[in-house]
Amino acid sequence: MICAEALQDYGLRALGIGERLLPQTDISLCQQIVLIGSGMMWNVYFGILALGFGFFFAVALAVAKASPARLIRKPAEWFIFIFRGSPLFIQFFMVYEAFVMLPRVGIEFTFLGVEIAAETRWFARAWLGALIVLFLNTSAYTAEIFYGALRNVPKGDLDAADAYGLSGWKRFRRITFPTTMRLAWPAYTNEAIFLFHATALVFFSSFPAFQQRGDALYYANYFADRTFNPFVPYPIVAFYFVVLTLLIILIFGRINVRLNRHLPNGQRTRLRIRPQLMR
Amino acid sequence: MKKLILTASLLAIAAGAASAQDVVRMGTEGAYPPYNFINDQGEIAGFERDLGDEMCARAQLTCEWVINDWDSIIPNLTSGNYDTIIAGMSITEEREAIVDFTQAYYPPASSLFMGMSEDFTLAGAVVAAQTNTIQAGYIAASGATLMEFATPDETVAAVRNGEADAVFADSDYLLPIANEDADLMIVGEPVQLGGGVGMALREGDARREAFDAAITSMKADGTLNALILQWFGPDAATF
Amino acid sequence: MFAFCTDPATLDPLRWFSCYLTNGAHFLFYQSFLVVFALLAVTAPVSLAFGFAAASASRSHILPVAWLGKLYTAMVRGVPDIVFFLFFILVLDQGIEYLRHQIACPEWAEEIRQGANFLVCPEARTPSSNAPQWVHEVYGFSLAVFTYAIVFGAFCGNVLYGAMRAVPHAQLETGAAYGMSRAQVFWRILVPQMWIYALPGLGNIWLILIKATPLLFLLGIEDIVYWARELGGSRNSVYQYPHPDWRFWYFLALLVFYLCLTRVSEIGLARLTGHLSRGQATAAGDTLRKAAT
Repeated sequence: MICAEALQDYGLRALGIGERLLPQTDISLCQQIVLIGSGMMWNVYFGILALGFGFFFAVALAVAKASPARLIRKPAEWFIFIFRGSPLFIQFFMVYEAFVMLPRVGIEFTFLGVEIAAETRWFARAWLGALIVLFLNTSAYTAEIFYGALRNVPKGDLDAADAYGLSGWKRFRRITFPTTMRLAWPAYTNEAIFLFHATALVFFSSFPAFQQRGDALYYANYFADRTFNPFVPYPIVAFYFVVLTLLIILIFGRINVRLNRHLPNGQRTRLRIRPQLMR
Repeated sequence: MKKLILTASLLAIAAGAASAQDVVRMGTEGAYPPYNFINDQGEIAGFERDLGDEMCARAQLTCEWVINDWDSIIPNLTSGNYDTIIAGMSITEEREAIVDFTQAYYPPASSLFMGMSEDFTLAGAVVAAQTNTIQAGYIAASGATLMEFATPDETVAAVRNGEADAVFADSDYLLPIANEDADLMIVGEPVQLGGGVGMALREGDARREAFDAAITSMKADGTLNALILQWFGPDAATF
Repeated sequence: MFAFCTDPATLDPLRWFSCYLTNGAHFLFYQSFLVVFALLAVTAPVSLAFGFAAASASRSHILPVAWLGKLYTAMVRGVPDIVFFLFFILVLDQGIEYLRHQIACPEWAEEIRQGANFLVCPEARTPSSNAPQWVHEVYGFSLAVFTYAIVFGAFCGNVLYGAMRAVPHAQLETGAAYGMSRAQVFWRILVPQMWIYALPGLGNIWLILIKATPLLFLLGIEDIVYWARELGGSRNSVYQYPHPDWRFWYFLALLVFYLCLTRVSEIGLARLTGHLSRGQATAAGDTLRKAAT
């Protein structure tokens, strides 16, 4: 089996399992493919978790932004503006520095005990800290998409719900929310794709690579630096990301079909992938 | 993050072509006080700035300073982005295989651990060190958990925020920090690493002799020792 | 900067900060903001030109040209932009030196790519190693701008291609019926009309471009991120103005800077949309017409 040795040495290197030292000289194509693929695990991890948690927060934010109550609407508007209006790159830097300051602030609250201190340091690690940034960031972008869809829910649907005596939570859950999802889904697919792309920034933005456990781009960059040859590692990353993108389109497309299954053929919305949501 | 991506080509290795160069580009990190740093005026300053300017004056060369990140500082030298590295770089066998060093302009210094608490044992500890330094190599070989950072400042920050139990670096870099920060202290035993600090040039570069001669003359007339005492304090090791 | 700055250690906080924030290193920091604006000012028109060329090519009747245009605009969809940034800047640099090498020293016998090194003859080195530092910096910046333009040109190409298709087809046919050639229809009817359809997309790309400027840091340019990190790091008494780790505050300042830039752009784009909507056969144009009467 080709690449078996490289796979054994570096297959789980991004998680810290396998050879301690990265390949230094005589770097083979196998090692590049395996190690970059190993790094992809981090991209997938960040993408899935941020997207998963972000979905629920985004729904809450979108509802808050559509709220007539100023006290609820304004914080949601500001949150969305701040995270959509600034570069993700800067958000990474800033949040990392904020998390780094945590334990030093925590020293004043020694009564909290050792356990708390041991936990706060995790915020400065990529697996938690960067995940939080990505979660907040995608929540803001998704909330804006959901908010737009929420406002476009046909009035007739809501009138019909009233006529059936649905109100409050029940109306939201049965009528408003499913329609919002259906309307927002194509744009949300875009957001999912570009969130996965954004995960490539994590190890370039101050979150340290712990024992050289990094994501796909981290290793690609390592190889490009070592070999002075960009024509091998970057196309490998590109290939992995294209595969990942196709997977997302496949999965989201299935869900889209399900969301639209009650509609006659002509009215179904089709997914169109447009690069409009990059940070 | 890496400047080597900007220019990737090699200058002629032939000594004849090299001596035709009239400008010597001096590569340094600019983030390792007191060796080299960017001062409040935004200029490169420090021991190596003063030393390098003096060496260039004695060797009658026109020198220009260039800043480059540490982790790509050797590849950028070999690829011709600049002509020398003068960045607190210890002379080691592995580096000798890739570049040529002048004689040491700073005697072998000890490396220290700096942490937040006195009870520190290397085994099982998480130690921060800068990537591609002799200290990082030492930790990796020792069995302790190595945490690598791109800049020295980040290694110290990692100790302050508790990510690492200690930072391992040159004593001259750590001592001023430990003296001024009540939370940080020198822990464990000092370790002797490397064969002194020298200036690196591409292999076969004829200007090495000129710089070597300049260092010899500075050692002879005491200017080098004066510079060391000026930047590293009265307790520093001299020639 | 100020006369009282001679001995910072003795100053009260207000004066200390007024000296600290006006020292030489901070002026370099402030200058680096100009780098951001320069990048925006140069990249925007160049990407638009790239995008226009790509969109026009995609409409071409010569199939290979159309494929080329479509391939170019499609490439940004599946792969993160940052991968392109890191890739193209290296490719451009090596490409330029390779071409110059072929022209300047054809009799060069050695391999160019030797293991980890990329070796060209001294005459082909770009910029020449004798060049002053500013030439090196300008060259690096130009490469970065070109890299940005390639990536954002693909984005613009997407939007402009869509906008060209959005121009009512009947208008183009009317042009042809009046005896206009294909080129005339393109330049006199299609191009002037497409902008209003392209504007929302282009505005979006502009906002994306603003948010992509800190990536300059990854291309080795000493931009605002570089200086924020450099100045914010903790400083001991080797420096005139020692302080603890203030990077958080420096990055906060950058965040506010970008938020302002975004807000100003949004307002400007809204005005431009209103301006371009005049007399257009769109809903917005109709609203304007009604408001005027």
